[in-house]
Amino acid sequence: MKRQTVTHRLRFLLLFSRQGKLRLQKWFVPTSEREKKKVIRDMIMLVLPRQPRTCNFLQWKDLKIVYKRYASLYFCAGLEEHDNELLALEVLHRYVELLDKYFGNVCELDIIFNFEKAYFILDEFLMGGEVLETSKFAVNVSMEQADTLQETMEEYMSKPAY
Amino acid sequence: MSPSVPLQEMIRAIRSARTQCEERGVIQRECAAIRAQFRQTDNGGRSHNLAKLLYVHMLGYPAHFGQMECVRMIASPRYSEKRVGYLGAMMLLDEKQDASLLITNSIKNDLSHSNQYVQSLALCTLACMGSAEMCRDLAPEIDRLLRSSNSYIKKKAALCAVHIVRKVHELGELFVPSARSLLSEKNHGVLHGAVVLITELCERSPETLERFRKVSVPDLVQIMKGLVISGYSPDHDVAGVSDPFLQVRILRLLRILGRNNEAASDAMNDLLAQVATNTDSTKTVGNAVLYETVLSVLDIKSESGLRVLAVNILGRFLLNNDRNIRYIAMTSLQKIVSTDHNAVQRHRGTIVDCLKDQDASVKRRALELSLALVSASNIRSMMKELLIFLSSCPPELRAHAASGIFNAAERYAPSKRWHIDTILHVLTTAGGDVRDETVPNLIQLITNTSELHCYTVHKLYRALLTDISQQPLVQVACWCIGEYGDLLLKGECQETEAVQVTEDDVLDALEIVLQSHMSTPTTRGFALTATMKLSTRITDNVDRIRSVVSIYGSCIDVELQQRAVEYNALFKKYDHMRAAVLERMPVIQKNSLAGLLHVFESIQSFFMLLLASAPTVTVYEKNGVTLTLSCERQSESGLTVTLTASNSTDSDISSFTLQAAVPKVCNKHPVYPPELTAVKPPSNRISYDNVEFGDKCTTQCYSEEYSRSNSSRVLMTLMKYLGTR
Repeated sequence: MKRQTVTHRLRFLLLFSRQGKLRLQKWFVPTSEREKKKVIRDMIMLVLPRQPRTCNFLQWKDLKIVYKRYASLYFCAGLEEHDNELLALEVLHRYVELLDKYFGNVCELDIIFNFEKAYFILDEFLMGGEVLETSKFAVNVSMEQADTLQETMEEYMSKPAY
Repeated sequence: MSPSVPLQEMIRAIRSARTQCEERGVIQRECAAIRAQFRQTDNGGRSHNLAKLLYVHMLGYPAHFGQMECVRMIASPRYSEKRVGYLGAMMLLDEKQDASLLITNSIKNDLSHSNQYVQSLALCTLACMGSAEMCRDLAPEIDRLLRSSNSYIKKKAALCAVHIVRKVHELGELFVPSARSLLSEKNHGVLHGAVVLITELCERSPETLERFRKVSVPDLVQIMKGLVISGYSPDHDVAGVSDPFLQVRILRLLRILGRNNEAASDAMNDLLAQVATNTDSTKTVGNAVLYETVLSVLDIKSESGLRVLAVNILGRFLLNNDRNIRYIAMTSLQKIVSTDHNAVQRHRGTIVDCLKDQDASVKRRALELSLALVSASNIRSMMKELLIFLSSCPPELRAHAASGIFNAAERYAPSKRWHIDTILHVLTTAGGDVRDETVPNLIQLITNTSELHCYTVHKLYRALLTDISQQPLVQVACWCIGEYGDLLLKGECQETEAVQVTEDDVLDALEIVLQSHMSTPTTRGFALTATMKLSTRITDNVDRIRSVVSIYGSCIDVELQQRAVEYNALFKKYDHMRAAVLERMPVIQKNSLAGLLHVFESIQSFFMLLLASAPTVTVYEKNGVTLTLSCERQSESGLTVTLTASNSTDSDISSFTLQAAVPKVCNKHPVYPPELTAVKPPSNRISYDNVEFGDKCTTQCYSEEYSRSNSSRVLMTLMKYLGTR
């Protein structure tokens, strides 16, 4: 049997609240706006009704869905067929740890009011649907340095008068 | 870190809106302000404005007017603006937008920026939304960065290269040399990126795969060994496992390199065994690595000892308390159940236990796997478990379980009685979820098992008395009672305890079905026909049947009414034929057409229609050609159909084609080709050029073509099956 090219990566990563409000969306493959909205709707409908002690894995179309609830937020990732679900759970967990370290005891409000930071952290951890940096410390260091750079630049350019 | 005050104020304002309408109002005002700000030239708050727009976009509101602002921001010299600009590009632009091309130049410039964080922004964005053209344009630059001395840049360049290869396969060649050298890096991030890149290159090109197979397997084994036996490394440790992400990717690459290759598989054999034995399986992370190891072992040409070890790990997973692990184990076992059937069979007990799991996903997997594990040797015990499962399984799995059980029963039934019992059990438990062809299939099975007719009809009669809500079961029961009612009334049965049944009891049971609001029209049709058939199998209560039939002659349901009228006609005008018409059905061949169902029901019905009309019928009369059909019963099992064709025109008629079709259903009985005698009247001739005799099955047309007004067509189709009776 001819083997098709198998790509292993995340297709998307979504964060949404228990009321179904989207807090973060990262798409690792080109997706139209309409398709994005549909996926988001479907994920929310699939994941929210799940009972507490059930399996964290679901089948949806040709994708495997891995989700985990942390406090009031659901972290939901779409995997391709040959991907490792257990590792995906670790990926979600690592992302939560990174957020926690950065914001100090992270909660949903942090991610709402500083959503751009959540994206920046994600971009230091994942790229193109693959894990970019496997060390927690390295990610934190990069974030600190980038933030410092931003502040320095802003100081240099003189802060807006607010 | 300076909080973005304007952004947070806006977010607060939006969140304090109490209704959707209010929220929309706030957002419209904000967007108007943002648009105005965009139009202004340089101001200090640009990044805040774009950030606001991106927030609004995440709530689901349109933000396309921000695309050009992203382009402008990316080109800005300020890092804070670049950062938000690139974020905006990743959120609002994709390769289909025209604006995305405009940032190609900025990306190119930023890739060579002196500050690594600016370079990183460009790399990240390219890897996220870079189109094929952009990739082609910038690939050489990425390759250059792969050779840089900066680890931070190298790891990002590696994943960017992965994206490029995915978009433009041919560019893979370009990255092969750099990818190779990256394997000797110490930095885990770079190493991870390198492994991902090599995996991508190998999957896309068999030649590249060959090259890497020759040179990289030992290196990878070495790196992996280092990870597994190394001591605690705070940088990369996750619950006692050293860099699980890297381990998993290396295992995956080894899998690709070892697939279909003995030498490579040998080289990694020891390592895989070591990982399989030494990895701590108490936490998810260890199990993630074990899982990947098992997948690799099963995919390469591993030696049998290692394979057994892998399957045993899956067996251990099945016993794990964590539901996720059990689920994973079953999906993996499902993949290998055909290739390593015996190994998986060893864990059958645990798998069957998982049928009782609380979790619906686990149940589903357990069902699939259980059905795949059914074999001739374990059919009885497996079926017991499956039937227990069927009685308590979630509704969405019932249809699948029922059809799986039927398939298994058909393939491995140890005896006919067991087969019939199993089907009956399913019909009692999950009658509403079985497929339509179950009824004719079961009827076919029953008629073929003549030694069990008595047993079957007793069982079905008892089932009918208990519950008439499951339609397929009721239909089969009615049919059986109609066919084998005499056996039921005899009151003795070898296989089971016989019920003492009077004719009234039986007719009562059928009448209950007829009158129940739970019965569908199809079911009622079955019941009516069964009642009619009993008129030749019982002796005392024929009058009762007569009255039932005449009552239904004015039933609102057209189908029932029609049948009742025909049966009435059979009583009145053709009483002498009644016995012959209603006698036992012949053994039939397996036929999966749904129309078979109609045949059972309609076969007698149509026969009677023919008899209700005149024995000789004009079938066709047009353009001077007249065709008549007449039937004559020669013997108990022989019937002659005569087609008379006459020509009353002035000229000859030629190319007259006669086609006689016989339903496959009846081809056990011989049908003799028609004898043709050309009648030569004083007037003109009809010459037969073409006679074809085939066995096309046209059962469907019985129900579809039938209409009283078109009797000539009907009779043509009738001719097709009458030849066998």
